Amino acid sequence: MKPLITQHVKHEPINSFSAVDKLDVKITAQNVNAYFGKTRALKDVSLAFPSRRVVAIIGPSGCGKSTFLRCVNRMHEVAGGTMTGDIMLDGENIQAYDPVLLRRRVGMVFQKPNPFPTMSIFDNVAAGLRLNGMRDRRVLAETVERSLRRAALWDEVKDSLQKSGTSISGGQQQRLCIARALAVDPEVLLMDEPASALDPISTAKIEELIYQLKENYTIVIVTHNMQQAARVSDRTAFFYLGELIEYDETKKMFTTPEKKQTEEYITGRFG
Amino acid sequence: MATTFSLVCVLLAVAPLFLIFFYTLFQGISAINLDFFLQMPKPVGETGGGMANALAGTGILIGLGALFGLPIGIMSGIYLAEYGNNPFASTVRFLSDVLSGVPSIVVGVVAYIIVVLPMKHFSALAGGVALGILMIPTVTRTTEEMIRLVPHYYREAGLALGIPQWKTTLRIILPTALKGITTGILLALARAAGETAPLLFTALGNRFWSTSIGQPIASLTVFIFDYAKAPFEDWNRQAWAAALVLIALIFLLNLIFRVVTRGRYTER
Repeated sequence: MKPLITQHVKHEPINSFSAVDKLDVKITAQNVNAYFGKTRALKDVSLAFPSRRVVAIIGPSGCGKSTFLRCVNRMHEVAGGTMTGDIMLDGENIQAYDPVLLRRRVGMVFQKPNPFPTMSIFDNVAAGLRLNGMRDRRVLAETVERSLRRAALWDEVKDSLQKSGTSISGGQQQRLCIARALAVDPEVLLMDEPASALDPISTAKIEELIYQLKENYTIVIVTHNMQQAARVSDRTAFFYLGELIEYDETKKMFTTPEKKQTEEYITGRFG
Repeated sequence: MATTFSLVCVLLAVAPLFLIFFYTLFQGISAINLDFFLQMPKPVGETGGGMANALAGTGILIGLGALFGLPIGIMSGIYLAEYGNNPFASTVRFLSDVLSGVPSIVVGVVAYIIVVLPMKHFSALAGGVALGILMIPTVTRTTEEMIRLVPHYYREAGLALGIPQWKTTLRIILPTALKGITTGILLALARAAGETAPLLFTALGNRFWSTSIGQPIASLTVFIFDYAKAPFEDWNRQAWAAALVLIALIFLLNLIFRVVTRGRYTER
């Protein structure tokens, strides 16, 4: 089948910062390239994430959106990737950080709900603190309750905190994973297609949750679901073949995108 | 047709187990009584007596073997699974497989050379070292396999929480793989419990009560070996009985580990 975008037009560098310059900038990425072996997964990506807003990253499979997300907390290194360019968190270069400390500030939620199977619900949420040396039972209990409340799961599990983390439904497991990520008190939450393995009702709950969480957290969400991006995000970035094609206010992206590729992808003509 | 054939094969595969068990039961049951477990061997010529020393000895020898073999095996397995994508690790993996194929009597010779010769006498310690070496390859490879079976997203979840890699491995990955690893440990212990050859010139055997690891020590297998070749009918019966006890012990070991590793969180 002939791809709809046949020639790859070299587009002029987009001004990805203008969209956020009125807000506090939490994270900026400049000329980010990522490599897995000889494969170049990201090509000179530059963009900025505003503080306490939701940014959605959309694009077809293999466009580099997950890779980019993982570069932000250096999880790409776990899979053997390397990166060039600069990603700044509050003005500090993340390459200068200990990745372990960076990941406590930049939490992550994965596509597949992955609560630790050997731990109870309580222990799952407490894991991040406990394995970093927190022993105080009261602090742990308070943190677990607060995190579960923030993840909108407390009421459903408060009587079964000692049950296995894998004994609850998929949607609940994903919110448990969100609570687990919140428990270490991050400032940024990276979500890699957090609802793609869930049913519509659980998805709606996660989206509602994202809307509430942006009061306190900077959120970047990768999604395949265009409607989801339109519903939850303030800004949307469109990636294609490892490049950032367009980045703007979500409303504008979904009504009057500037690039033809963006329009074609959003209207479902490819991808 | 294929189903029938497989079924026949399955029956043939489990038949030896039942044959061994029932024949041993038939031969040995008459010599089993409370004295057999609580009494010491009687001097040559007297009938009766028991094998309390051999029972305790086997326990001590397995314990010593586990003490030497399990930490080395488990840590090597973790290393191979977590950092094992280099030529050194491939070599270790290969050597570990070779070690698991080394005849146990050869391992006995090694223990003889490194423990018995310097100490200038046989000892439980030497027997424990021999059994420990025999446990290493099984434990190493099972630990590696089981850790590799843990889905990568658990590791990612741990790392993404800002938990250092070594802690993620020890506190998240290892517990998730524990059930499989325990099965490997169990196999290794059961194999060690049934070993005779490497004990003959390390732990030697002892007709008297001894729990000192610096002295020769009795064991069920060497007891069976000695009593089975003895010209006394009473001893032969006791050898059968000891064999029965050994099989029962290994079966019990299996059962205990099953129950222990069933754990709280197995429903999925």
